[in-house]
Amino acid sequence: MSSQDTPEENLPAEPPHGTDAEIAPSDALVPDPGLPPHLPRRQDIDERAAKRSERAVAGLFTLSMLATIGFIAGFVAIDVDKIIYVWPIGHISALNFTLGCTLGIALFAIGAGAVHWARTLMSDEEVVDERHPIEAPPEVRQRVIQDFRKGAGESQFGRRKLIRNTMFGALALVPLSGVVLLRDLGPLPGDKLRHTLWAKGKLLINQNTNEPMKPSDITVGSLTFAKPDGLEETAEDFQEQIAKAALMIVRLEPEDIKDKRELEWGHEGIVAFSKICTHVGCPISLYEQQTHHVLCPCHQSTFDLADGARVIFGPAGHALPQLRISVNSDGYLEALGDFTEPVGPSFWERG
Amino acid sequence: MSTNDNPKSREKAPAGQKAADWADGRVGLYNLAKSNLRKIFPDHWSFMLGEICLYSFIIIILTGVYLTLFFKPSMGEVVYHGSYVPLQGVRMSEAYESTLNISFDVRGGLLVRQIHHWAAIVFVAGMLVHMMRVFFTGAFRKPREINWTFGFLLLVMGMFDGFLGYSLPDDLLSGTGIRFMEGAVLSVPIVGTYLSFFLFGGQFPGFDVVPRFFTIHILLLPGIMLGLVVAHLILVVYHKHTQFPGPGKTNKNVVGMPLMPVYMAKAGGFFFVVFGVITLLSAIATVNPIWAYGPYRPDQVSTDAQPDWYMGFSEGLIRIMPGWEINFAGHTLVLGVFIPLIVFPLVLTAIAVYPFIESWVTGDKREHHLLDRPRNAPTRTGLGVAWISLYLILLVGGGNDLFATHFHLSINAITWVVRVSFFVLPPVAFIITKRICLGLQRRDREKVLHGRETGVIKRLPHGEFIEVHEPLPQGKVFELTAHDQPKPLEIGAEVDENGVVRKVKRTQKVRAKLSQAFYGEGSQIPKPTPQEHEEITSGHGHH
Repeated sequence: MSSQDTPEENLPAEPPHGTDAEIAPSDALVPDPGLPPHLPRRQDIDERAAKRSERAVAGLFTLSMLATIGFIAGFVAIDVDKIIYVWPIGHISALNFTLGCTLGIALFAIGAGAVHWARTLMSDEEVVDERHPIEAPPEVRQRVIQDFRKGAGESQFGRRKLIRNTMFGALALVPLSGVVLLRDLGPLPGDKLRHTLWAKGKLLINQNTNEPMKPSDITVGSLTFAKPDGLEETAEDFQEQIAKAALMIVRLEPEDIKDKRELEWGHEGIVAFSKICTHVGCPISLYEQQTHHVLCPCHQSTFDLADGARVIFGPAGHALPQLRISVNSDGYLEALGDFTEPVGPSFWERG
Repeated sequence: MSTNDNPKSREKAPAGQKAADWADGRVGLYNLAKSNLRKIFPDHWSFMLGEICLYSFIIIILTGVYLTLFFKPSMGEVVYHGSYVPLQGVRMSEAYESTLNISFDVRGGLLVRQIHHWAAIVFVAGMLVHMMRVFFTGAFRKPREINWTFGFLLLVMGMFDGFLGYSLPDDLLSGTGIRFMEGAVLSVPIVGTYLSFFLFGGQFPGFDVVPRFFTIHILLLPGIMLGLVVAHLILVVYHKHTQFPGPGKTNKNVVGMPLMPVYMAKAGGFFFVVFGVITLLSAIATVNPIWAYGPYRPDQVSTDAQPDWYMGFSEGLIRIMPGWEINFAGHTLVLGVFIPLIVFPLVLTAIAVYPFIESWVTGDKREHHLLDRPRNAPTRTGLGVAWISLYLILLVGGGNDLFATHFHLSINAITWVVRVSFFVLPPVAFIITKRICLGLQRRDREKVLHGRETGVIKRLPHGEFIEVHEPLPQGKVFELTAHDQPKPLEIGAEVDENGVVRKVKRTQKVRAKLSQAFYGEGSQIPKPTPQEHEEITSGHGHH
């Protein structure tokens, strides 16, 4: 196409910056007019405006210096535990607020000063630079390929297949040592995920009072958390054990319990379920008295405690395991054995 | 001002120049600076997104080094006797205790901790938005595909390093996150249980996970990321920056400001701006108040348990998935957890491989240094928006409890909406976006042919009112018509007129189909032809 295709008044006499119009993509409707002419800024023609910019930049840098002094003063003067009220944030640490604001201003002012300097005083005339192809010219490519062939030939790598194959073998095998070394990262699972501390005769200990419980302690509508007798918080493996043994106890009206086995495994409507969600192991903590639903606060799996703790909503895959309980000769709630299935999240060997 | 210009003897040279001479004799400084000191950087607001990522990464390293001076990566149990009264006498790990000490006893420790956490949030957010900028403008095309991949790896590692980092204090919230991770690992068929025992050094939670995460968080991942950042920047310098099309800007030049002084001042200054803003944010907005959560115990949890935002979409996947479990031959396939675990990397990979799919479909082997306006690549833009819609709906799924409590909605309803939207929303977003792009292309075409609406109403002698249209300046017409409009690939007839069947490979057919979808009819509005333009403009713009 030629310039005759476009209205004459839109065409400058020649591209102002001498850009080669032929570089333009060929199918643009009009030729590339080149970079628009550079327009001077106020600061370029008015020295007073430039002075104002200079003062603004210097002012920002000065502000930064003052803020740094404020930071050091605040660090020395303000107690680490002093709490102040700042509207609208609320009660916050005076030291954190002071240090953060002063350091923030000290940093921001340097940046704002530098950017203002660049925008108002440094030259804003756009500069054009050439690009060069990323790939090498053909002669360089040829040369490198030849060099490589020569080097490969001199190594006799391609000719002596025995060396090549054994080297590949050695290099392939040697990382195996590294894999083997990782073996002692942990013990093998064995059946550890199948067992908890619960066993026949273990008393149910209330987590809040640290005392064993009588059926009369559990009222309808309440939610009680329990741990097995003998597991103390000071125990070395407390976290590991409670991660599996955590128990929740509710009391339902026996006629409300729809699942026959659930009723049998409880005591006068008192039923005990694993507190560990069967989805990915969060402790379940939200209990709705009216519907007998419990909800996991992590991923909202919902279980119906009146119906064998089966899943009624959410991502959990199976019901919460129930612990068979009864009352011992002293009248305290006790376990009649361990959970009959693994608690917590599912795993390959669970079956 | 410019003493450098004076052809004076070397004794009179300023100290800096002497130092430069010294360095030049050792490392070849001048040859290095020759092409780089006045290197040209095009200017556009969206080009600073990558800078935000780089600077927040530097801030994270600086503050992270400080935190290691005080943090104890140990799960050994202690009883707290520090200055935070509500937790006195409570049993906790040394990791949690030392984080409390950093927050309450080390002067400025809380500030540095908060800057570290805020910078991590900004870092990942910056990377995601930067990646979208690169995606929608087509900046990933040859020769930048490798740099796209580096950037993607940085995003993924940034996410995981963030997760490991906020897990270190061993507080109730992050411990719950690690428990979730245990459940996810356990769901892996065949080896899941073993992986979990190796990861935790035995049963959950054990005593190993915090020190192990610590090493990965401060050494392994940041080390790899630092290498990738350097490689990313070297390639940016080597390729030279992309630029938006416009008058005087071609595929063979780069137009902008020189590194010294303008870009140095702007980019260097911007580092301080980012650092300053993040610091101010840390002064006024508390992030991750671990003292309010308490130490981790596997039998306790708080409501509103949420990961940091960048893990939110994986949280959405895990929350909306139905609890499928298949039991067979004494084994359990935990699809309800394993499928989200697989889809999580697939969502990320979908966007990562797009540049390679596009280059295969187009068969385009040319270098591209001019950016596309998103409207001029409607299919790509549509796919990108579809991906974002998927990401966002999963974020909603990850916060379904918050949406339920804040907007008084049923959590079951929200979950179902997200489940359906997961499949329905991306195609809808694709169609709508593509139509918007085509509409914008039509408007561009209209503007080129009929000019700009001036708002001036003219009454013609016979009484008709018309609005005067002003022809666009040449530069604008050039800008609106300079883009490529690729033609879809044709495979031609499989049977020629003599009845000879030509063998067409299946991949070729797929490619032609995709090419048709990308560039065929209905996927772009043809640019005005010179004839059309002349016809209209010779009539002087109004009709």
